[in-house]
Amino acid sequence: MSKNRPPAPALLRGLTRARYSRRDTFRLAGLSAAALALAGCGVEGQGQSHSDMTEYWEGRKSNGKVRFANWPLYMDPEKPELKRFTEQTGIEVEYHESIQDMPSWFGEIQPLLANGDDIGADLMVISNGQELTKLMALGYLAPLNREYLSNFTEFADEYHTMSAYDYGNKYTVPYASGITGIAYNPERTGREITSVKDLWDPAFKGRVGMMADPQEIANFGMFYKGISPDDSGVDDWKAAAEALKKQRDDGIVRAYYEQDYIQPLVNGDIWLTMAWSGDIYQVNAEEGSNLKFVIPEEGGTLWTDNMTIPITAQNPVDAIMLMDFLYAPDIAASLTEYINYICPVPHAKEVLLDRASELSGEEKEELEGLANSPLVFPSDSDYARLHNYKVLDVEAGEDKEFNSIFQAITQA
Amino acid sequence: MTRLREKAAPYLLALPAWIWLGIFFVVPIIGLLWMSLMTGNIITGFQQTFNVAIYPEVISAYWEQILRSLGYGVSATLLCIAVGYPVAYWIAFHGGAHKTTYLLLVLLPFFVTQVLRTISWKFLLADDGVVLGPLKAVGLLPEDARVLSTTLAVVVGLAYNFLPFMILPIYAVLEQVDHRVVEAAYDLYASRFHAFVHVVLPLSLPGVFAGVLLVFVPSSADYVNASVLGGTNNTMIGNIIQSQYLVNNAYPTAAAITFVLMTILLVGIFSYAKALGTERVMEVQAG
Repeated sequence: MSKNRPPAPALLRGLTRARYSRRDTFRLAGLSAAALALAGCGVEGQGQSHSDMTEYWEGRKSNGKVRFANWPLYMDPEKPELKRFTEQTGIEVEYHESIQDMPSWFGEIQPLLANGDDIGADLMVISNGQELTKLMALGYLAPLNREYLSNFTEFADEYHTMSAYDYGNKYTVPYASGITGIAYNPERTGREITSVKDLWDPAFKGRVGMMADPQEIANFGMFYKGISPDDSGVDDWKAAAEALKKQRDDGIVRAYYEQDYIQPLVNGDIWLTMAWSGDIYQVNAEEGSNLKFVIPEEGGTLWTDNMTIPITAQNPVDAIMLMDFLYAPDIAASLTEYINYICPVPHAKEVLLDRASELSGEEKEELEGLANSPLVFPSDSDYARLHNYKVLDVEAGEDKEFNSIFQAITQA
Repeated sequence: MTRLREKAAPYLLALPAWIWLGIFFVVPIIGLLWMSLMTGNIITGFQQTFNVAIYPEVISAYWEQILRSLGYGVSATLLCIAVGYPVAYWIAFHGGAHKTTYLLLVLLPFFVTQVLRTISWKFLLADDGVVLGPLKAVGLLPEDARVLSTTLAVVVGLAYNFLPFMILPIYAVLEQVDHRVVEAAYDLYASRFHAFVHVVLPLSLPGVFAGVLLVFVPSSADYVNASVLGGTNNTMIGNIIQSQYLVNNAYPTAAAITFVLMTILLVGIFSYAKALGTERVMEVQAG
């Protein structure tokens, strides 16, 4: 289990290296200008304009503290990265694992934000999806000021800066990403799983797990029908729902899972299931299980958990400084080593490999395995097989139609 | 003056209850009704349009889940009576000096949160787990038999989770049964069976009545068991309300379903009370 190890000396050395922390002022200025130009394009339609952004940040100063709301198991319990941040900036971080799932978090903060009240957090991690879209459409997120985001501008890879849900990172900066694919137990299935069609195979009757989340299950229904979810429409959704309904009525699906598919998979109750990449990596490391994860040949989906600043944040400057700090490759590498999901900073791979070269034996192997894993640092060809979620137009009520089509499958 | 005070006293004593009901029941219920008639969405906001059409809409969309929930509720309640009555009887009549210990044992699982207790069933009842594994190994169950993700699992889970609400009221009533009454039955040549049927059982009915209410209402509205232990086609109305509220943010829809469910439960309870007769129940208790 690699994740609870205290930071090794090699990492601490790595953290103090100047290689990545030096700022190239001129280049930065140019890039921010480009970013601002992008932000001005207004891809989102109702997005906030550049002037809203400058207005928001005008006169705001660092207050020496920041409150960070994150998901559980998304940072080493020792918080080495945050300690490092406090050492460098003097800003104290209050870290809370207060986010369990998006719907209930949204339900918790929405009334407060609607009243303009503080939600008790200055920085929060929000998954791309309907809740994020709603938060943006409602104007509940602070527009990000690129002047504070030099590391992000320099080190984030292009897949994380050109997302469909927040093109140009006006409100969000990725924390970690993952892939939704298929996890399976090869001993049970008796063969390699390669295709979404395997989830419909009558040979696995009653042994297939599907996700209950409307968007996740919709994506796989669409892959099955050869539809790309990114630019799908109502007819595509209905076609996908038809296929999913048949899969259910034929008794192939055992149950629709939220995040609880791992244990049934380990126990052998289900043999193959829709799954998130990092979960499988973690459970294999922790339980010594031999589960496999594949991106099906029809494709998988890329989802991203994003750092965002609620509009009522008390310490937005400190929050955006922390946001950017986590993009220093050393820090990103250290985070990745714990969370095992896709790292938005490609340079972190070099940091991890450097570190691995100073280790030996099993530790070295483990770290190299992580750095070379396509599920942590996917190659361009891996990314090419990944699809984005359909961004639903919440203002037009598109989400209502979408949800009702797919909840009719999962909540019959 | 004194007479006035005497007259007012019962009302004053009831005041905390009225305030409590007013704040935590009447106000929210009116709010819920008001909410259910609104239209709009979370982005544009909700406006009051007195959209009564939502009621037939949600009933026709979710009647299946409503009926299923009531069915699960009834099954779980019957199961609770079947399991809970003998337990309560045994503790009341044969518990001896250790009655409190036994009651504590009944309540013990409740020191753990419901979600955790329900999840632990997944370990116990896994297809090849500690219970089913050995049964399959000796050939008592077919290889592909399962309990999890079935209707049976949901009903058993519900019964398990609400069992103490059945045991406690029945126990409380049986505890009060005067042993001399039972002995009198024996003296009149009643067999043990007849003494139970004609004396103990009628005396314990108020407890069963209370237990049924305490088990049936929460189990019909539960959503944890169906989502943790259920499979496809096991969705209960509580799950629908939860996802309408949290996932879809369709507050009026969620409010309308809640109202429908509440109405059905209230009507059910009143007809049940009328049929069994609370007054008769009271008489039995008094007698």
